Amino acid sequence: MAEMDTSSGGGHKKGPGVKKGKKLSTRVDLTPMVDLGFLLITFFIFTTTMSQATAMRLFLPKDADKPEDQNKAKESGVITILLGKDNHVFYYEGILDNNASNFKSSNFHDIRQVLINKKARTPEKDMVVVIKPSNDCTYKNVVDMLDEMAINILKRYALVDISEPEAKLVQISDQSAAASGQN
Amino acid sequence: MGRAKLPRKSTNIDMTAMCDVAFLLLSFFILTTKFKPSEAIAVTTPKSVSAKIAPQKDFVQIILDKDGKVFLTMDDEAKKEQIANTLNSTKNLGINPTAFKKALFIGAPFGSLNSFLQLPEDRRKGNALPGIPVKDSSNNELTEWMRLIKDAYTGQKQPALLLKGDNLAKYPAFKAIIDAFKKNDLLKFQMITNPEGAPVGTDLWKRGQAGEKQEEL
Repeated sequence: MAEMDTSSGGGHKKGPGVKKGKKLSTRVDLTPMVDLGFLLITFFIFTTTMSQATAMRLFLPKDADKPEDQNKAKESGVITILLGKDNHVFYYEGILDNNASNFKSSNFHDIRQVLINKKARTPEKDMVVVIKPSNDCTYKNVVDMLDEMAINILKRYALVDISEPEAKLVQISDQSAAASGQN
Repeated sequence: MGRAKLPRKSTNIDMTAMCDVAFLLLSFFILTTKFKPSEAIAVTTPKSVSAKIAPQKDFVQIILDKDGKVFLTMDDEAKKEQIANTLNSTKNLGINPTAFKKALFIGAPFGSLNSFLQLPEDRRKGNALPGIPVKDSSNNELTEWMRLIKDAYTGQKQPALLLKGDNLAKYPAFKAIIDAFKKNDLLKFQMITNPEGAPVGTDLWKRGQAGEKQEEL
């Protein structure tokens, strides 16, 4: 296929004094070209991202006006996650102490282990995760945290507004974290 | 000893056919690749493990860009026209229903909606537009929009509510959108994300390994 007929004419012998023209094969080695072709194919396949966007569902609870309508959760099963500035994550279990002694710092990597541990320790029906994003956290942080619920199959979680003392605490911790990062 | 001489065969293989196949595949992949349409509003969505495909029709989409500006798009043109007419009669905005119908997205307060619609399509770029005001909780215009949309779909199946937010958008803007949904009793919505695999070793991953389908949360 990839060759041309270079033999001259009908192949009759030339005279004795006539030098034979060297027959050059026009056969091209196509191996590098095949290599290149497949290389490009692999490149295109790997760089193509599936543009099919997926969607994550979120059901909002209806705002309960009266406090007695609100869902009650057992203190032992509650873990509250606070989202701060610059991807900071804080959490506490149960109710926040007055002196904030159970207020712990974490990050998006370690919080998974915290949740897994908590899940292993608490009976399933008592486990509630409360997510409180502060005003400084990003949309990505919130989605990541909701995703964390899906990853660890935590069925009961709520997105709750942050309270004033918690917001302050997060702000102070954010600042101290930023300061320690600079030193 | 008379050993039978094996004829020496050339190890040269004709690569032409293989080359043909390779380039055929290459051209196939190049030609079938659809380019992402360039979007007027640049949004990088976060990743999630959710495997549910986002609905492609009958949706109302709220776009939240990285500066916290909010835009609204919907795909049902008849409903859009209906909303434009309602707006004209209730708020006396004097907008052109056809222009409203053709607009790919809405990104202006009610007051300047008319001048927004008069802009040519190619000059409506996300970063130059004001967006729908949501920040002020007493004057959250998205609430109004959601009510209009809800009313337009009365007696029918409500459209799928989508929220496409940027990674860097701040939480207060997201909260303002949720509030707008809540005030209209629209309690189900979906967030557009990029797919990502479940991390190894987690409960979801184990469930995936056991061959169970990801259940709808």
